[in-house]
Amino acid sequence: MWEAIRRWFDPAELGSVGETPDYRFSLANERTFLAWLRTGLALVGGGLAAAQFLPPLPMSHLREVIAVALLLLGAAVAIRAVDHWARTERAIRLGQELPASRFPAILALTLGVGALLLVVAVLMRAVGGR
Amino acid sequence: MSTGRDPGLQPERTRLAWRRTLLTVTVVTALAVRLASTGDPTGALIAGGTILVWGALLVLCWPRGTGTGPARTGGRTLPLVTVGTVVLALLGVLLVLRGLG
Repeated sequence: MWEAIRRWFDPAELGSVGETPDYRFSLANERTFLAWLRTGLALVGGGLAAAQFLPPLPMSHLREVIAVALLLLGAAVAIRAVDHWARTERAIRLGQELPASRFPAILALTLGVGALLLVVAVLMRAVGGR
Repeated sequence: MSTGRDPGLQPERTRLAWRRTLLTVTVVTALAVRLASTGDPTGALIAGGTILVWGALLVLCWPRGTGTGPARTGGRTLPLVTVGTVVLALLGVLLVLRGLG
């Protein structure tokens, strides 16, 4: 794992692999990274907003749990973004298949299930907490 | 490589993507500073740290969002911007946990 992290910070190492591709491929890869980074930042912003704009919720500390979960998810998305960018850049330079990833599906499922659980919590309050 | 303009405007699109990212960072920073502003020293410290991270990201992202001609790609900026985002998230966690203490 440390090897992968060292590689992210070593552009010379990445540049020594394979051949320099058409610069437009690298730009497209960089934009994909930035789009994922903004996704991560949006989750971080969502966490910060939840912490200050949500009213107190029926379950104790539920608001804080939501906020911390969104913040950590945002950090994970950012880290995965740079890892995927580096692996894609490598694959482009080597003329290999682009790396496949289950991450978008996992992220979508996590957010979907989280949202459903919150819907259940809201409904429980509407029904039980008259 | 620099034979005229790329009809797909890829350098321009990439610059705009950097600017959007910087804008998002600014919004997140504003939210964090608002959450931190409760008048206690810990909050002020975390708010200061958040603004420092914002400054670092500004310095990193600004050159990538300006200029003309072929855009630079890759380099150490990408992992460093990631580190900035993770630090913002961790400062946010500190802010939320502070509210519990």
